[in-house]
Amino acid sequence: MIHVDNITKSFGDKRVLTDVSLEIREGETTAVIGRSGSGKSVLMKHIIGLLIPEKGRVLVDGVDIDHIPYAELRKIRTQFGVLFQGGALFDSMSSFENVAFPLRTFTTKTDAEIADEVGRCLEMVELPDVGGKMPAELSGGMQKRVALARAIALRPRYILYDEPTSGLDPETSNTIDDLIRSLAEQLNVTSIVITHDMHSVLSIADRAAFIHGGRMHWVGTIDELHASTDKTLCDFVRANEYQIGVRS
Amino acid sequence: MPIVRTLILEPSGSVGRYVLLMYKAFATLGDLPSYRKNIFDQMIRIGIESMPIVALAAAFSGAVTTVQAAYQLVSPFIPTSIIGSIVAPSMILELGAVVTGFILAGRVGARIAAELGTMRVTEQIDALEAMGLNSVGYLVVPRVLAGVVMFPVLYVTASFVGISGGMAVGVWGGFVPLGEFVAGAREFFQPFDPIFGLIKSLVFGFTITTISCYKGYFTGGGAEGVGKATTEAAVTSCVYILIADLLLAVALL
Repeated sequence: MIHVDNITKSFGDKRVLTDVSLEIREGETTAVIGRSGSGKSVLMKHIIGLLIPEKGRVLVDGVDIDHIPYAELRKIRTQFGVLFQGGALFDSMSSFENVAFPLRTFTTKTDAEIADEVGRCLEMVELPDVGGKMPAELSGGMQKRVALARAIALRPRYILYDEPTSGLDPETSNTIDDLIRSLAEQLNVTSIVITHDMHSVLSIADRAAFIHGGRMHWVGTIDELHASTDKTLCDFVRANEYQIGVRS
Repeated sequence: MPIVRTLILEPSGSVGRYVLLMYKAFATLGDLPSYRKNIFDQMIRIGIESMPIVALAAAFSGAVTTVQAAYQLVSPFIPTSIIGSIVAPSMILELGAVVTGFILAGRVGARIAAELGTMRVTEQIDALEAMGLNSVGYLVVPRVLAGVVMFPVLYVTASFVGISGGMAVGVWGGFVPLGEFVAGAREFFQPFDPIFGLIKSLVFGFTITTISCYKGYFTGGGAEGVGKATTEAAVTSCVYILIADLLLAVALL
């Protein structure tokens, strides 16, 4: 279980998050939604300790990750798989090497075992034949799927997705959504999806948290989201309706 | 106050971040065995791949020093062996290390800053950290160690090739007979000279790689930021090479 407890963060004079709290429940998929620049990605980086809040704390399984030694934080991070917005594949390595990297670094598996595991991960993201390709040879959607294969290589308890469908065409976005849903079921992971894509939210999330102006404005289930009369939330959802219509 | 920010706060912040990066790097030295492959890769990239350009520059430096020495000093009253006395100490004490340093500030420094800067802006460094890896240990330590180990090797190569180049031009150009050149080179040789050169090359290697890693690791602002970091890495490294050169000469000679 992850608890984000009243965190506040500024960069220089710019306040990005103000007293943001959120509870990520075990086994659920929580979508963090909001406009571009609302602080969603900053919140995600706090959850894995890449950023430290000025105020507040982040608890992962009851451990305050901002006040533990770096070595312990690194151990906790191995429970997370993260899909970054641009994929963040290591461009000096092939797709196979990218997926194998965490396995080589954190496990004692043999080369044959690693090859099997990489094959399984690439199968799960429906790209079994791209192992020999360099990231630059892959499309944006394929890069994200290989990055997802890398994120699940260590069988994490939590998967964080930062804008998984941004910059992708509607069909590829649907494929990514299907993958997120099926991985959550197959691996029984807790997922946190940072997005402004309401189509994704409606198709993959159990709960949604809406950040507006750097504050946590609304949190609830998808049914509660449909029933909500909150004007700011409704405006955000309505602005996405055209896009939802296109992708359905 | 903008002037306080520009003159005091920003430079202090840079020094603080550099020191913190070095502290984090040295704190990971216990993990060295796991970075072994990375260190060898960097030794090849920084050292072996730089060998041809360093040798070329050193050969020409030695050759030009010979021609200029001949032009300025050779007369019926000065023995031609003076050319060897100038070329050899120049290469061993100064040119071998400084020419290597300048070339590597451009070639290696810019490359390190561009690599790490690109990794920063494309979130690859965040990805390493998010996996649970120590990004400083994985990225910075191998580059710095490879620089510190390979720069002295390049310095020795540069000195040897530089003196050889000077000798070849001196003999083939008819400026000085071989025996005279060698006699002149040996006449003023001090055993401390190559030790001084090696110390300089170690310091230059550390300076260039740490400054370039710092510039690359803390890059911000997309492609423009990478370009800025790359330029700053090369220029700042050159400036600190000159400062370190003077300080070491004052302290050790």
